[in-house]
Amino acid sequence: MSGLSTRERPTREAAPSTGLPRLLEGVPAQGAMSLQAHIETHGELPSHSRRDRRGPAALIDNIEQAGLAGRGGASFPMATKMRAVAGARGKPIVVVNATEGEPASLKDRTLLETLPHLVLDGAALAARAIGADEAILCVCESAGVALERTARAISERSRLAGGSPRIVLNVAPEGYVVGQESALVSHLNGKAPKPTFSQPMLFERGVRRRPTLVNNAETLAHVALIARYGPRWFRELGIAGQPGSTLVTLSGPISYPGVYEIEYGASLTSLLEAAGGTTAAARAALFGGYSGSWVDGHLLGGVALSDEHLAPHGASLGAGVVLLLSEGACPVAETVRVTRWLARQSAGQCGPCVHGLDSIASVLEQIAGGTRDRHLSQRVAALTGLTARRGACSHPDGAVRFVTSALSVFAHEFSDHARHGQCDACRSSREMPLPMRAGSVRAA
Amino acid sequence: MNAMVAAAGPSAYWYLTRSSGAVALVLLTLALVLGVVDIRRWSTPSWPRFIVDSLHRTASLLALAFLGLHILTSVLDSFAPISLIDAIIPFAGSYRPFWLGLGALASDLMLAVIVTSLLRRHMGHAAWRRTHWLAYASWPIALLHGFGTGSDAKGTWLLALSVGCLIAVIAAVLVRVADGWPHQLGRRAAALGGAGAFTLGLLLWLPSGPLGKEWARRSGTPASLLGHSSAGSSSSSIDSVVSTGGASDTTESGR
Amino acid sequence: MCAELLPELIALDEWGYPIIDERPIPPELTDLARRAAQACPTFALLIERDRPRG
Repeated sequence: MSGLSTRERPTREAAPSTGLPRLLEGVPAQGAMSLQAHIETHGELPSHSRRDRRGPAALIDNIEQAGLAGRGGASFPMATKMRAVAGARGKPIVVVNATEGEPASLKDRTLLETLPHLVLDGAALAARAIGADEAILCVCESAGVALERTARAISERSRLAGGSPRIVLNVAPEGYVVGQESALVSHLNGKAPKPTFSQPMLFERGVRRRPTLVNNAETLAHVALIARYGPRWFRELGIAGQPGSTLVTLSGPISYPGVYEIEYGASLTSLLEAAGGTTAAARAALFGGYSGSWVDGHLLGGVALSDEHLAPHGASLGAGVVLLLSEGACPVAETVRVTRWLARQSAGQCGPCVHGLDSIASVLEQIAGGTRDRHLSQRVAALTGLTARRGACSHPDGAVRFVTSALSVFAHEFSDHARHGQCDACRSSREMPLPMRAGSVRAA
Repeated sequence: MNAMVAAAGPSAYWYLTRSSGAVALVLLTLALVLGVVDIRRWSTPSWPRFIVDSLHRTASLLALAFLGLHILTSVLDSFAPISLIDAIIPFAGSYRPFWLGLGALASDLMLAVIVTSLLRRHMGHAAWRRTHWLAYASWPIALLHGFGTGSDAKGTWLLALSVGCLIAVIAAVLVRVADGWPHQLGRRAAALGGAGAFTLGLLLWLPSGPLGKEWARRSGTPASLLGHSSAGSSSSSIDSVVSTGGASDTTESGR
Repeated sequence: MCAELLPELIALDEWGYPIIDERPIPPELTDLARRAAQACPTFALLIERDRPRG
């Protein structure tokens, strides 16, 4: 098990690196890696070997053997998805999801800003493997730098030799639910970026009624390397249940917060060390994003970064978000702020989500401000029961998970606030990031 | 020849057209009122919402049935030159083209509302809803059609019926607007304004319009069907028979 | 309306939205369940392999 990514890299060899970094190999300190540098670092974009009778689809087998799962949070097996789309009727189309609506996540944006050709390679390879002639790369409208650099990278590639599928850049509106697969496809079809609940499935009919493969940008970056170095190389890092490396966004009271590449199963302690250590004691850590779960600070010493290691703590890695909350912050104020934001992010299509999240946020606000009502905690429990699993997408479920784990881990602070009202840190506590503009898709 | 036809009195078709038209108007009014009750989600233990919804649908289908009868009998009635096309394409006929055309327009709108409702599953909900609002447009057009083409405007029972339906619809619209679009006062004002303007306009127009003199001629009844106004009393009674179809102001000829 | 037609399997939450009993529909209620699903103005109910899903 090798260590974590440091910022310096060893001299480039012809063979792939045995440890980390992998994706972040050669990441430039400023600007994006040019096409030239990308080819020097990783080699040319592999075309399928003519000896391989399976053709471009051989890549799918390799991805299956590598055990690559989606990096957008759902961890769906990539090969299964590709086969479903490849087997559907009609000309497939690839959608690269780099919208990254999760406020605490920066990895996809970072990939596009610094290593766009990895993602573009992956998109081209995936398209070829499933027989698609077009890939649409979706970036959030607020990610100006990523948009600009990706556009430049795409034009750099126009020099590349033939057969490369057409790659088109699409600007998606800001919003938490915009990155949901069906919402994104809906946007690409010219409609509001809201999750759909009517059949058929996207792998059969998605963008322009074609079989559609929607993938997180990072997942495709891994595809670019698996195609070059093979599944066995990929599995050299990580654990049996979650092979390979992944990007995590580390934030909070850390010396060097930011995007890091880890292997699955690495300890949180080693990640923190690589990031220069913490600058303040951590009250708790949030894993997975604003639809994830909290783990108490006392337990963090024994936490390792993989779904199976986090499961006993009631958490999962999700889209690679690791957010530490300092002892000096007010967890109640932070939870209330984020929950109200999550409520506003509802697409507004399903009654239980709209009303449920709004009611939950209101009750939490009441508790945070001090209340004599002893039934409020029961009220929240009742509301979470009414809200979860009753929407067209998993947004309400995620929000409920976030709130439930906050109430559990921060039980002491919540009862304290209920009895005594706001604390000194309430007003100033703003450690958990939220987008500046209140981008909501509800009005669409 | 026309005089002989007139002297023979209005045909059975004429009566059927008139009565089925009246029934259609009542049913259309009922459907609209029930539609508002439906969307307002009113219910009691003995009148659950699915019953109200079912009644609304039934009333509109019945209205459609009577509309069909109304159109059929008006075409079959040999008195006025109305062909089937005139029932579909508005304003192209030769008998009171404008007022008849309004009927065709109202029918077209009604048909659109009903057909889209039957095919709801295949439209988006939003598209269905917007089309359904055409119902609010079809009603006043149907009412105007009734006043304009009707031969009985001066007959008290039909006038009373029409006014009764108008009151019911105004009440329904008020109820609907009272709680609709809580955040869009502009829309509510527009809806109320429209309803108010229509009612006011109607009340101002009626006395000089269908309730006034020689409406048949002014509304576009073909000259060949009108008697000569310079003729004597007998022909003026024929005139009134021919143009009004012999309602309350006829005496011995026609009914 | 669905809760009126199928109170055995559908209850309403405090906002008037249906709470569905997720167990399989008993055979004698299948027709009513279908009717309840059709009655929904926004087609929010689906009968899925004999299991209604909200």
